Amino acid sequence: MSSVRVLVGTRKGAFILTADGKRDTWDVSGPHFAGWEIYHVKGSPVDPQRLYASQTSSWFGQVVQRSNDGGQTWEPVGNKFEYAGVPGTHQWYDGTARPWEFKRVWHFEPSLNDPDTVYAGVEDAALFRTTDGGQNWEELAGLREHKTGSSWQPGAGGMCLHTILLDPVNAQRMFVAISAAGAFRSDDAGTTWKPINQGLHSEYIPDPAAEVGHCVHRIAMHPSRPDVLFMQKHWDVLRSDNAGEMWTEVSGNLPSDFGFPIDVHAHEPETVYVVPIKSDGEHFPPEGKLRAYRSRTGGNEWEALTNGLPQKDCYVNVLRDAMAVDSLDSCGIYFGTTGGQVYASSDSGDSWKPIVRDLPAVLSVEVQTLA
Amino acid sequence: MIRVVLPAHLRTLARISGELELPVDGKITQRSVVDALEERYPTLRGTIRDQATKKRRPYIRFFACEKDLSHDSLDAPLPEPVAAGNEPLLIVGAIAGG
Repeated sequence: MSSVRVLVGTRKGAFILTADGKRDTWDVSGPHFAGWEIYHVKGSPVDPQRLYASQTSSWFGQVVQRSNDGGQTWEPVGNKFEYAGVPGTHQWYDGTARPWEFKRVWHFEPSLNDPDTVYAGVEDAALFRTTDGGQNWEELAGLREHKTGSSWQPGAGGMCLHTILLDPVNAQRMFVAISAAGAFRSDDAGTTWKPINQGLHSEYIPDPAAEVGHCVHRIAMHPSRPDVLFMQKHWDVLRSDNAGEMWTEVSGNLPSDFGFPIDVHAHEPETVYVVPIKSDGEHFPPEGKLRAYRSRTGGNEWEALTNGLPQKDCYVNVLRDAMAVDSLDSCGIYFGTTGGQVYASSDSGDSWKPIVRDLPAVLSVEVQTLA
Repeated sequence: MIRVVLPAHLRTLARISGELELPVDGKITQRSVVDALEERYPTLRGTIRDQATKKRRPYIRFFACEKDLSHDSLDAPLPEPVAAGNEPLLIVGAIAGG
């Protein structure tokens, strides 16, 4: 029988939640790496027992942990993230030039065909890759060295590369997103990059339609249609039908077009999920009602999903890496909150329940569907 | 032997308990002690000081003999009681934040 493993990164450790395919009863393991910030935990699609975790601390810096047994045991691997060459500068909040400085790994994206190859999105924004299971990390410097790199600026959370999407059809193609530079695409396996921000409109920058400078919060793709991308931006939900060449706003009737995560149903490529958040100064759900929104039309027409979610006095946030889906026949949707709950729906969002509810603030949620 | 006390999180990471005793060759300095520490426990690389610049991480402090040595030169001799193994070098995580 199939089972599900949910990998949760929090402000104070990692937790692993497991259930059988019914998803009724959950076992909670953790905290792993207690007391450390776990920005992300993700498994290899080739070898689901191989997990990578980003363990960070303002005191002790970056540690990378690897598991070969689905998170029962872990071993620290390489944690040296050194920018290639002389890294130069980017823009700081006050407009001054600031040297690139590694701070932490926000996101690991394991290769689609090799458990030892993993991409890491880091702050200050850059892309690294290991091909030896995390022992050594090498920067794919063409991204940071893009001619616009010196003009990139941090968002409120830092200048982070938080999204990495690997094209399952075209091995040469990958997408990344950086706050607050925007989205980029490589068509040569990460060697060179182009900004893909046409159609984005951001009133908070001097030229709202600039080539870079947009605060992209998250991008999602359905593996069956890698040219179709969905984006949650700092205001506006958008889609692209041509691999990011042009974006169109599809915020439609959302109560707030601000939010962080966005994801796509495992079996319905036009069914998309977001969690609207009120911004700028508040960053909690509109009206204190925690609602996921689902569009079955690829955007524009959205329905509130409320069954089982708190509909009063709820003031949590849902961060950009904190939503994921499983691939069971009845698709499961999962998201974690800064209040420490992980909510799950085993019926595509029609109904929800907290599968754990008193964790530290949740930074990331990933789901593995196991045979 | 040089005695070293690590913060709890680093003891967990290195899978050790209690105070350490480290053989350190040559002059006893912050640099030589941390070099020896990282040599024996590679998982500690990058957690006390930057791997490239060797600069102490901002929230790490070096204390010994009731003195804060954090701002001393990396190559300054550590106090004699530390070099003699009578007092430990305390590597401390600053009390800050949540």
